[in-house]
Amino acid sequence: MPSQNMQSQKQILEMICSHLEKIKPEAVGIGPDTDLIQELGLESLQVMDLVMELEDEFDLSVPLNRLADVHTPAQLAQCISALLEPTDGVV
Amino acid sequence: MALFDKFNKIAEDRAALVQTSPSPFGTRIDEIYSPTEGRIGEHRVILAGTNNYLGLTFDPDCIAAARQALAEEGTGTTGSRMANGTYGSHWALEEELAAYLGKQSAIVFSTGYLANLGTIGTLAGPGDTVLLDADCHASIYDACRLSGAQVIRFRHNDVADMEKRLRRLGEQTQNTLIVVEGIYSMLGDQAPLAEIVEVKRRLGGFLVVDEAHSVGVLGANGRGLAEAAGVEAEVDLLVGTFSKSLGAIGGFAVSGHPELDILRYASRPYIFTASQSPASIASVRTALQLMASRPGLRDQLWRNAERLYAGLADLGYQLGPQASPVVAVLLGTAPEGVAFWHGLIEQGVYANLVLPPASPDGQALVRVSVSAAHSLEQIEQIIMAFARLKQETVSG
Repeated sequence: MPSQNMQSQKQILEMICSHLEKIKPEAVGIGPDTDLIQELGLESLQVMDLVMELEDEFDLSVPLNRLADVHTPAQLAQCISALLEPTDGVV
Repeated sequence: MALFDKFNKIAEDRAALVQTSPSPFGTRIDEIYSPTEGRIGEHRVILAGTNNYLGLTFDPDCIAAARQALAEEGTGTTGSRMANGTYGSHWALEEELAAYLGKQSAIVFSTGYLANLGTIGTLAGPGDTVLLDADCHASIYDACRLSGAQVIRFRHNDVADMEKRLRRLGEQTQNTLIVVEGIYSMLGDQAPLAEIVEVKRRLGGFLVVDEAHSVGVLGANGRGLAEAAGVEAEVDLLVGTFSKSLGAIGGFAVSGHPELDILRYASRPYIFTASQSPASIASVRTALQLMASRPGLRDQLWRNAERLYAGLADLGYQLGPQASPVVAVLLGTAPEGVAFWHGLIEQGVYANLVLPPASPDGQALVRVSVSAAHSLEQIEQIIMAFARLKQETVSG
Protein backbone atom coordinates (compact mmCIF):
# COMPACT_ATOMS: atom_id res chain seq x y z
CA MET A 1 0.00 0.00 0.00
CA PRO A 2 2.21 2.80 -1.25
CA SER A 3 -0.05 5.67 -0.16
CA GLN A 4 0.02 4.53 3.50
CA ASN A 5 3.77 4.14 3.32
CA MET A 6 4.15 7.62 1.84
CA GLN A 7 2.00 9.07 4.60
CA SER A 8 4.04 7.22 7.18
CA GLN A 9 7.29 8.51 5.74
CA LYS A 10 5.93 12.03 5.84
CA GLN A 11 5.07 11.68 9.51
CA ILE A 12 8.48 10.23 10.25
CA LEU A 13 10.10 13.11 8.41
CA GLU A 14 8.10 15.65 10.40
CA MET A 15 9.18 13.99 13.61
CA ILE A 16 12.83 14.02 12.54
CA CYS A 17 12.65 17.71 11.62
CA SER A 18 11.01 18.48 14.94
CA HIS A 19 13.90 16.77 16.77
CA LEU A 20 16.44 18.63 14.64
CA GLU A 21 14.86 21.97 15.50
CA LYS A 22 15.39 21.14 19.19
CA ILE A 23 19.00 20.07 18.63
CA LYS A 24 19.81 23.09 16.42
CA PRO A 25 17.35 25.82 17.45
CA GLU A 26 19.45 28.42 15.62
CA ALA A 27 19.18 26.60 12.27
CA VAL A 28 16.81 27.99 9.68
CA GLY A 29 15.10 26.15 6.86
CA ILE A 30 15.69 22.56 7.90
CA GLY A 31 14.21 20.54 5.06
CA PRO A 32 14.08 16.96 3.81
CA ASP A 33 17.30 17.36 1.85
CA THR A 34 19.36 19.31 4.38
CA ASP A 35 22.68 17.54 4.89
CA LEU A 36 22.81 16.68 8.59
CA ILE A 37 26.56 17.00 8.96
CA GLN A 38 27.74 19.27 6.14
CA GLU A 39 24.91 21.82 6.26
CA LEU A 40 23.41 21.48 9.73
CA GLY A 41 26.78 20.92 11.40
CA LEU A 42 25.75 17.92 13.49
CA GLU A 43 28.51 15.80 14.98
CA SER A 44 28.25 12.07 14.26
CA LEU A 45 27.54 11.55 17.97
CA GLN A 46 24.53 13.88 17.73
CA VAL A 47 23.22 11.87 14.78
CA MET A 48 23.55 8.67 16.82
CA ASP A 49 21.74 10.28 19.76
CA LEU A 50 18.96 11.42 17.42
CA VAL A 51 18.62 7.86 16.17
CA MET A 52 18.28 6.66 19.76
CA GLU A 53 15.37 9.05 20.29
CA LEU A 54 13.70 7.85 17.11
CA GLU A 55 14.16 4.21 18.09
CA ASP A 56 12.07 4.91 21.17
CA GLU A 57 9.44 6.91 19.32
CA PHE A 58 8.90 4.08 16.83
CA ASP A 59 9.80 1.21 19.16
CA LEU A 60 12.30 -0.32 16.77
CA SER A 61 16.03 -0.88 16.43
CA VAL A 62 17.96 1.22 13.94
CA PRO A 63 21.38 -0.40 13.58
CA LEU A 64 24.16 2.17 13.23
CA ASN A 65 25.50 0.35 10.19
CA ARG A 66 22.26 1.26 8.39
CA LEU A 67 23.26 4.92 8.67
CA ALA A 68 26.28 4.79 6.37
CA ASP A 69 24.28 6.15 3.41
CA VAL A 70 22.04 8.43 5.44
CA HIS A 71 22.93 12.11 5.02
CA THR A 72 19.57 13.91 5.08
CA PRO A 73 16.28 13.83 7.05
CA ALA A 74 14.55 12.32 4.02
CA GLN A 75 17.05 9.47 3.84
CA LEU A 76 16.71 8.86 7.58
CA ALA A 77 12.92 8.78 7.26
CA GLN A 78 13.24 6.31 4.41
CA CYS A 79 15.56 4.12 6.47
CA ILE A 80 13.13 4.05 9.41
CA SER A 81 10.18 3.46 7.15
CA ALA A 82 11.94 0.45 5.62
CA LEU A 83 12.72 -0.93 9.07
CA LEU A 84 9.07 -0.58 10.07
CA GLU A 85 8.09 -2.89 7.22
CA PRO A 86 7.59 -6.32 8.83
CA THR A 87 9.51 -8.06 6.05
CA ASP A 88 12.70 -6.14 6.77
CA GLY A 89 13.47 -8.42 9.68
CA VAL A 90 15.48 -6.09 11.89
CA VAL A 91 12.88 -4.66 14.28
CA MET B 1 45.59 18.41 -2.43
CA ALA B 2 41.98 17.25 -2.73
CA LEU B 3 42.39 14.21 -0.53
CA PHE B 4 43.28 16.41 2.40
CA ASP B 5 40.36 18.80 1.88
CA LYS B 6 38.10 16.75 4.08
CA PHE B 7 40.32 17.64 7.05
CA ASN B 8 39.96 21.39 6.54
CA LYS B 9 37.40 21.75 9.32
CA ILE B 10 39.62 19.86 11.77
CA ALA B 11 42.54 22.08 10.78
CA GLU B 12 40.48 25.25 11.21
CA ASP B 13 39.10 24.16 14.58
CA ARG B 14 42.56 23.23 15.79
CA ALA B 15 44.09 26.50 14.62
CA ALA B 16 41.34 28.48 16.36
CA LEU B 17 41.80 26.64 19.64
CA VAL B 18 45.53 26.08 19.81
CA GLN B 19 47.45 29.29 19.37
CA THR B 20 50.12 28.98 22.03
CA SER B 21 52.66 26.36 22.98
CA PRO B 22 52.50 23.80 24.53
CA SER B 23 49.56 22.20 22.78
CA PRO B 24 46.98 20.26 24.81
CA PHE B 25 46.75 17.80 21.94
CA GLY B 26 49.72 15.53 21.47
CA THR B 27 51.51 17.42 24.20
CA ARG B 28 55.27 16.94 24.02
CA ILE B 29 56.54 15.78 27.38
CA ASP B 30 60.21 16.67 27.17
CA GLU B 31 61.49 14.75 30.17
CA ILE B 32 60.07 12.13 32.51
CA TYR B 33 61.56 12.09 36.01
CA SER B 34 59.31 9.57 37.76
CA PRO B 35 55.79 8.10 37.44
CA THR B 36 54.43 11.44 38.63
CA GLU B 37 56.88 14.13 37.50
CA GLY B 38 58.07 15.48 34.17
CA ARG B 39 58.92 18.57 32.18
CA ILE B 40 56.81 20.18 29.45
CA GLY B 41 58.76 23.01 27.85
CA GLU B 42 59.89 25.25 30.67
CA HIS B 43 57.38 23.87 33.14
CA ARG B 44 58.21 21.16 35.62
CA VAL B 45 54.86 19.43 36.15
CA ILE B 46 53.11 16.85 38.28
CA LEU B 47 51.90 14.20 35.83
CA ALA B 48 48.18 13.90 36.55
CA GLY B 49 47.11 12.96 33.06
CA THR B 50 48.54 9.48 32.75
CA ASN B 51 46.80 6.15 33.28
CA ASN B 52 49.61 4.97 35.53
CA TYR B 53 47.18 4.00 38.28
CA LEU B 54 49.53 1.85 40.35
CA GLY B 55 52.63 3.89 39.48
CA LEU B 56 54.55 0.84 38.27
CA THR B 57 56.31 2.39 35.26
CA PHE B 58 59.47 3.00 37.29
CA ASP B 59 59.20 0.00 39.59
CA PRO B 60 62.73 -1.43 39.99
CA ASP B 61 61.56 -5.04 39.65
CA CYS B 62 59.63 -4.31 36.43
CA ILE B 63 62.61 -2.46 34.98
CA ALA B 64 65.00 -5.27 35.97
CA ALA B 65 62.75 -7.89 34.34
CA ALA B 66 62.50 -5.80 31.16
CA ARG B 67 66.28 -5.28 31.08
CA GLN B 68 66.93 -8.97 31.45
CA ALA B 69 64.50 -9.86 28.64
CA LEU B 70 66.02 -7.17 26.44
CA ALA B 71 69.48 -8.60 26.98
CA GLU B 72 68.45 -12.23 26.59
CA GLU B 73 65.76 -12.05 23.86
CA GLY B 74 66.50 -8.85 21.95
CA THR B 75 64.65 -5.66 21.15
CA GLY B 76 61.67 -7.09 19.28
CA THR B 77 60.03 -10.24 17.98
CA THR B 78 59.83 -8.85 14.43
CA GLY B 79 56.75 -10.90 13.67
CA SER B 80 53.13 -11.84 14.26
CA ARG B 81 51.86 -14.07 17.06
CA MET B 82 50.70 -16.35 14.24
CA ALA B 83 54.19 -16.68 12.77
CA ASN B 84 57.48 -16.12 14.62
CA GLY B 85 56.19 -13.65 17.26
CA THR B 86 55.07 -16.04 19.99
CA TYR B 87 57.83 -16.61 22.53
CA GLY B 88 57.64 -18.70 25.66
CA SER B 89 57.05 -15.53 27.65
CA HIS B 90 53.93 -14.63 25.64
CA TRP B 91 52.46 -18.03 26.50
CA ALA B 92 53.54 -17.72 30.12
CA LEU B 93 51.85 -14.34 30.45
CA GLU B 94 48.64 -15.75 29.00
CA GLU B 95 48.66 -18.58 31.54
CA GLU B 96 49.37 -16.15 34.38
CA LEU B 97 46.57 -13.81 33.31
CA ALA B 98 44.06 -16.65 33.06
CA ALA B 99 45.06 -17.88 36.53
CA TYR B 100 44.94 -14.39 38.06
CA LEU B 101 41.54 -13.59 36.58
CA GLY B 102 40.18 -17.09 37.25
CA LYS B 103 39.34 -17.87 33.63
CA GLN B 104 40.09 -20.78 31.38
CA SER B 105 41.50 -18.95 28.37
CA ALA B 106 43.56 -15.85 27.73
CA ILE B 107 44.93 -14.19 24.61
CA VAL B 108 47.50 -11.40 24.60
CA PHE B 109 47.26 -8.72 21.89
CA SER B 110 49.75 -6.03 20.90
CA THR B 111 47.66 -3.14 22.30
CA GLY B 112 44.43 -2.66 24.21
CA TYR B 113 42.88 -1.14 21.09
CA LEU B 114 43.69 -4.29 19.17
CA ALA B 115 42.30 -6.47 21.97
CA ASN B 116 38.86 -4.92 21.42
CA LEU B 117 39.17 -5.05 17.64
CA GLY B 118 40.47 -8.61 17.77
CA THR B 119 37.77 -9.99 20.06
CA ILE B 120 34.57 -7.97 19.58
CA GLY B 121 35.34 -7.37 15.91
CA THR B 122 35.86 -11.09 15.32
CA LEU B 123 33.29 -12.71 17.62
CA ALA B 124 30.46 -10.64 16.17
CA GLY B 125 29.83 -10.98 12.47
CA PRO B 126 27.13 -10.32 9.89
CA GLY B 127 23.81 -11.52 11.31
CA ASP B 128 24.92 -10.89 14.89
CA THR B 129 24.22 -7.83 17.01
CA VAL B 130 26.38 -5.68 19.28
CA LEU B 131 24.45 -3.77 21.94
CA LEU B 132 26.83 -1.26 23.49
CA ASP B 133 26.74 1.49 26.07
CA ALA B 134 26.69 4.84 24.25
CA ASP B 135 29.79 6.01 26.14
CA CYS B 136 31.93 3.04 25.13
CA HIS B 137 35.48 3.75 23.98
CA ALA B 138 36.25 4.42 20.31
CA SER B 139 38.05 1.08 20.05
CA ILE B 140 34.74 -0.67 20.73
CA TYR B 141 32.95 1.39 18.08
CA ASP B 142 35.75 0.60 15.64
CA ALA B 143 35.48 -3.09 16.53
CA CYS B 144 31.77 -2.92 15.72
CA ARG B 145 32.54 -1.49 12.29
CA LEU B 146 35.07 -4.21 11.66
CA SER B 147 32.60 -6.90 12.68
CA GLY B 148 29.88 -6.25 10.09
CA ALA B 149 27.31 -6.95 12.82
CA GLN B 150 24.32 -4.72 13.40
CA VAL B 151 25.12 -2.18 16.10
CA ILE B 152 22.66 -0.75 18.62
CA ARG B 153 23.51 1.77 21.38
CA PHE B 154 21.81 2.14 24.74
CA ARG B 155 21.86 5.23 26.96
CA HIS B 156 24.92 5.43 29.16
CA ASN B 157 24.61 3.34 32.33
CA ASP B 158 20.81 3.11 31.89
CA VAL B 159 19.93 -0.53 32.58
CA ALA B 160 16.23 -0.07 31.82
CA ASP B 161 17.15 1.40 28.44
CA MET B 162 19.50 -1.52 27.79
CA GLU B 163 16.76 -4.01 28.68
CA LYS B 164 14.26 -2.27 26.40
CA ARG B 165 16.67 -2.47 23.47
CA LEU B 166 17.55 -6.08 24.24
CA ARG B 167 13.87 -7.00 24.31
CA ARG B 168 13.36 -5.41 20.89
CA LEU B 169 15.93 -7.80 19.49
CA GLY B 170 13.77 -10.81 20.40
CA GLU B 171 15.42 -14.09 19.51
CA GLN B 172 18.47 -12.26 18.23
CA THR B 173 19.59 -11.78 21.86
CA GLN B 174 21.19 -15.21 21.62
CA ASN B 175 23.57 -13.78 19.02
CA THR B 176 24.06 -10.46 20.79
CA LEU B 177 27.17 -9.15 22.45
CA ILE B 178 26.37 -6.72 25.28
CA VAL B 179 29.39 -4.46 25.71
CA VAL B 180 30.07 -2.24 28.72
CA GLU B 181 33.12 -0.87 30.52
CA GLY B 182 34.29 -1.29 34.12
CA ILE B 183 35.22 2.38 34.54
CA TYR B 184 34.33 4.81 31.76
CA SER B 185 37.28 6.91 30.75
CA MET B 186 35.49 10.23 30.28
CA LEU B 187 33.66 10.67 33.59
CA GLY B 188 35.30 7.96 35.70
CA ASP B 189 31.96 6.34 36.52
CA GLN B 190 31.36 2.59 36.80
CA ALA B 191 28.88 0.38 34.95
CA PRO B 192 25.97 -0.92 37.09
CA LEU B 193 27.30 -4.40 36.38
CA ALA B 194 25.25 -6.45 38.87
CA GLU B 195 22.03 -5.04 37.35
CA ILE B 196 23.29 -5.60 33.82
CA VAL B 197 24.08 -9.21 34.69
CA GLU B 198 20.60 -9.64 36.12
CA VAL B 199 19.09 -8.54 32.78
CA LYS B 200 21.45 -10.85 30.91
CA ARG B 201 20.34 -13.77 33.09
CA ARG B 202 16.72 -13.16 32.14
CA LEU B 203 17.06 -12.22 28.47
CA GLY B 204 20.30 -13.77 27.32
CA GLY B 205 23.26 -12.29 25.47
CA PHE B 206 27.03 -12.59 25.65
CA LEU B 207 28.46 -10.09 28.14
CA VAL B 208 31.72 -8.32 27.31
CA VAL B 209 33.29 -6.04 29.92
CA ASP B 210 36.18 -3.79 28.97
CA GLU B 211 38.10 -3.47 32.23
CA ALA B 212 40.90 -1.31 30.78
CA HIS B 213 40.55 1.31 33.52
CA SER B 214 39.38 -1.02 36.30
CA VAL B 215 41.80 -3.97 36.42
CA GLY B 216 44.22 -3.20 39.23
CA VAL B 217 41.82 -0.51 40.47
CA LEU B 218 38.62 -2.28 41.54
CA GLY B 219 37.94 -5.52 43.42
CA ALA B 220 39.52 -6.96 46.55
CA ASN B 221 42.21 -8.58 44.41
CA GLY B 222 42.29 -5.93 41.68
CA ARG B 223 40.47 -8.14 39.19
CA GLY B 224 38.20 -5.28 38.17
CA LEU B 225 34.55 -4.30 38.40
CA ALA B 226 33.33 -7.86 37.81
CA GLU B 227 35.13 -8.93 40.98
CA ALA B 228 33.91 -5.88 42.92
CA ALA B 229 30.32 -6.57 41.82
CA GLY B 230 30.60 -10.32 42.54
CA VAL B 231 29.65 -11.34 39.00
CA GLU B 232 32.88 -12.68 37.51
CA ALA B 233 31.30 -15.98 36.49
CA GLU B 234 28.63 -14.13 34.49
CA VAL B 235 31.08 -12.15 32.37
CA ASP B 236 31.65 -14.03 29.13
CA LEU B 237 34.63 -12.00 27.97
CA LEU B 238 36.83 -9.60 29.89
CA VAL B 239 39.05 -7.32 27.84
CA GLY B 240 41.87 -5.28 29.29
CA THR B 241 45.11 -3.47 28.69
CA PHE B 242 48.68 -3.45 29.93
CA SER B 243 49.04 0.29 29.33
CA LYS B 244 47.34 1.49 32.49
CA SER B 245 47.71 -0.27 35.87
CA LEU B 246 50.34 -2.63 34.47
CA GLY B 247 52.51 0.22 33.24
CA ALA B 248 53.58 -1.01 29.79
CA ILE B 249 51.76 -1.63 26.52
CA GLY B 250 49.61 -4.43 25.17
CA GLY B 251 46.13 -5.83 25.60
CA PHE B 252 44.42 -9.04 26.57
CA ALA B 253 41.16 -10.93 26.64
CA VAL B 254 40.18 -13.70 29.05
CA SER B 255 37.14 -15.94 29.03
CA GLY B 256 35.64 -18.96 30.69
CA HIS B 257 34.68 -20.19 27.23
CA PRO B 258 37.40 -22.56 26.01
CA GLU B 259 36.45 -21.68 22.44
CA LEU B 260 38.20 -18.32 22.86
CA ASP B 261 41.40 -19.93 21.63
CA ILE B 262 40.02 -20.34 18.12
CA LEU B 263 40.06 -16.56 17.71
CA ARG B 264 43.81 -16.87 17.22
CA TYR B 265 43.07 -18.28 13.78
CA ALA B 266 40.30 -15.85 12.84
CA SER B 267 41.20 -12.53 14.41
CA ARG B 268 42.89 -10.22 11.93
CA PRO B 269 44.09 -7.73 14.59
CA TYR B 270 45.81 -10.67 16.31
CA ILE B 271 47.31 -12.14 13.17
CA PHE B 272 48.31 -9.17 11.06
CA THR B 273 50.51 -7.20 13.41
CA ALA B 274 53.76 -7.78 15.23
CA SER B 275 53.67 -9.10 18.78
CA GLN B 276 54.86 -7.25 21.85
CA SER B 277 58.56 -6.97 22.52
CA PRO B 278 60.04 -9.43 25.06
CA ALA B 279 60.94 -6.52 27.38
CA SER B 280 57.35 -5.32 27.45
CA ILE B 281 56.04 -8.83 28.17
CA ALA B 282 58.59 -9.28 30.95
CA SER B 283 57.68 -6.02 32.70
CA VAL B 284 53.98 -6.87 32.50
CA ARG B 285 54.55 -10.31 34.04
CA THR B 286 56.35 -8.69 36.96
CA ALA B 287 53.75 -5.93 37.28
CA LEU B 288 51.01 -8.57 37.38
CA GLN B 289 52.74 -10.24 40.33
CA LEU B 290 53.08 -6.90 42.10
CA MET B 291 49.44 -6.04 41.45
CA ALA B 292 48.41 -9.32 43.09
CA SER B 293 50.85 -9.22 45.99
CA ARG B 294 50.68 -5.54 46.95
CA PRO B 295 47.06 -4.57 47.67
CA GLY B 296 48.48 -1.54 49.46
CA LEU B 297 49.03 0.06 46.06
CA ARG B 298 45.28 -0.05 45.42
CA ASP B 299 44.55 1.33 48.88
CA GLN B 300 46.92 4.23 48.28
CA LEU B 301 45.40 4.88 44.85
CA TRP B 302 41.91 5.15 46.35
CA ARG B 303 43.07 7.35 49.24
CA ASN B 304 44.55 9.72 46.66
CA ALA B 305 41.49 9.55 44.40
CA GLU B 306 39.05 10.23 47.23
CA ARG B 307 41.13 13.12 48.57
CA LEU B 308 41.39 14.74 45.14
CA TYR B 309 37.69 14.25 44.36
CA ALA B 310 36.67 15.74 47.74
CA GLY B 311 39.14 18.61 47.39
CA LEU B 312 37.90 19.62 43.94
CA ALA B 313 34.25 19.19 44.98
CA ASP B 314 34.88 21.50 47.96
CA LEU B 315 36.21 24.11 45.56
CA GLY B 316 32.88 24.03 43.73
CA TYR B 317 33.99 22.32 40.53
CA GLN B 318 31.47 20.26 38.59
CA LEU B 319 32.84 16.71 38.65
CA GLY B 320 31.98 13.26 37.31
CA PRO B 321 29.30 11.39 39.28
CA GLN B 322 31.51 9.36 41.62
CA ALA B 323 34.98 9.38 43.19
CA SER B 324 37.36 7.50 40.97
CA PRO B 325 41.02 7.47 39.91
CA VAL B 326 39.67 9.26 36.82
CA VAL B 327 38.46 12.63 38.09
CA ALA B 328 36.62 14.53 35.37
CA VAL B 329 36.28 18.29 35.83
CA LEU B 330 33.64 19.82 33.56
CA LEU B 331 34.61 23.26 32.33
CA GLY B 332 32.21 24.73 29.77
CA THR B 333 33.13 25.70 26.23
CA ALA B 334 36.12 24.42 24.25
CA PRO B 335 38.03 27.76 24.45
CA GLU B 336 37.42 27.82 28.21
CA GLY B 337 38.77 24.29 28.45
CA VAL B 338 41.90 25.15 26.47
CA ALA B 339 42.56 28.25 28.61
CA PHE B 340 42.09 26.23 31.79
CA TRP B 341 44.47 23.55 30.58
CA HIS B 342 47.17 26.18 29.92
CA GLY B 343 46.51 27.60 33.37
CA LEU B 344 47.10 24.17 34.90
CA ILE B 345 50.42 23.80 33.06
CA GLU B 346 51.53 27.17 34.38
CA GLN B 347 50.55 25.99 37.84
CA GLY B 348 52.73 22.89 37.37
CA VAL B 349 50.04 20.28 36.69
CA TYR B 350 49.61 18.20 33.55
CA ALA B 351 46.11 16.74 33.00
CA ASN B 352 44.24 15.60 29.87
CA LEU B 353 41.98 17.99 28.01
CA VAL B 354 38.96 16.48 26.28
CA LEU B 355 36.75 18.55 24.01
CA PRO B 356 33.29 17.91 22.56
CA PRO B 357 32.19 15.76 20.85
CA ALA B 358 34.59 13.32 22.57
CA SER B 359 33.43 14.63 25.96
CA PRO B 360 29.84 14.09 27.09
CA ASP B 361 27.12 16.79 27.29
CA GLY B 362 28.93 19.12 24.91
CA GLN B 363 31.24 20.37 27.67
CA ALA B 364 35.01 20.53 27.65
CA LEU B 365 36.59 18.64 30.52
CA VAL B 366 39.98 18.07 32.04
CA ARG B 367 40.58 14.54 33.17
CA VAL B 368 42.81 14.24 36.17
CA SER B 369 44.20 10.74 36.58
CA VAL B 370 45.38 9.71 40.00
CA SER B 371 48.23 7.31 40.71
CA ALA B 372 49.23 5.32 43.78
CA ALA B 373 52.63 6.89 43.22
CA HIS B 374 51.31 10.42 43.85
CA SER B 375 52.34 11.60 47.28
CA LEU B 376 49.74 13.23 49.47
CA GLU B 377 51.72 16.45 49.02
CA GLN B 378 51.36 16.20 45.23
CA ILE B 379 47.61 15.64 45.54
CA GLU B 380 47.40 18.78 47.71
CA GLN B 381 49.47 20.68 45.10
CA ILE B 382 47.00 19.64 42.39
CA ILE B 383 44.09 20.84 44.54
CA MET B 384 45.93 24.12 45.19
CA ALA B 385 46.44 24.62 41.45
CA PHE B 386 42.71 24.22 40.87
CA ALA B 387 42.02 26.58 43.79
CA ARG B 388 44.23 29.28 42.28
CA LEU B 389 42.58 28.91 38.87
CA LYS B 390 39.16 29.14 40.52
CA GLN B 391 40.29 32.31 42.27
CA GLU B 392 41.53 33.78 38.97
CA THR B 393 38.20 33.01 37.33
CA VAL B 394 36.25 34.62 40.17
CA SER B 395 38.44 37.72 40.37
CA GLY B 396 39.11 37.92 36.62
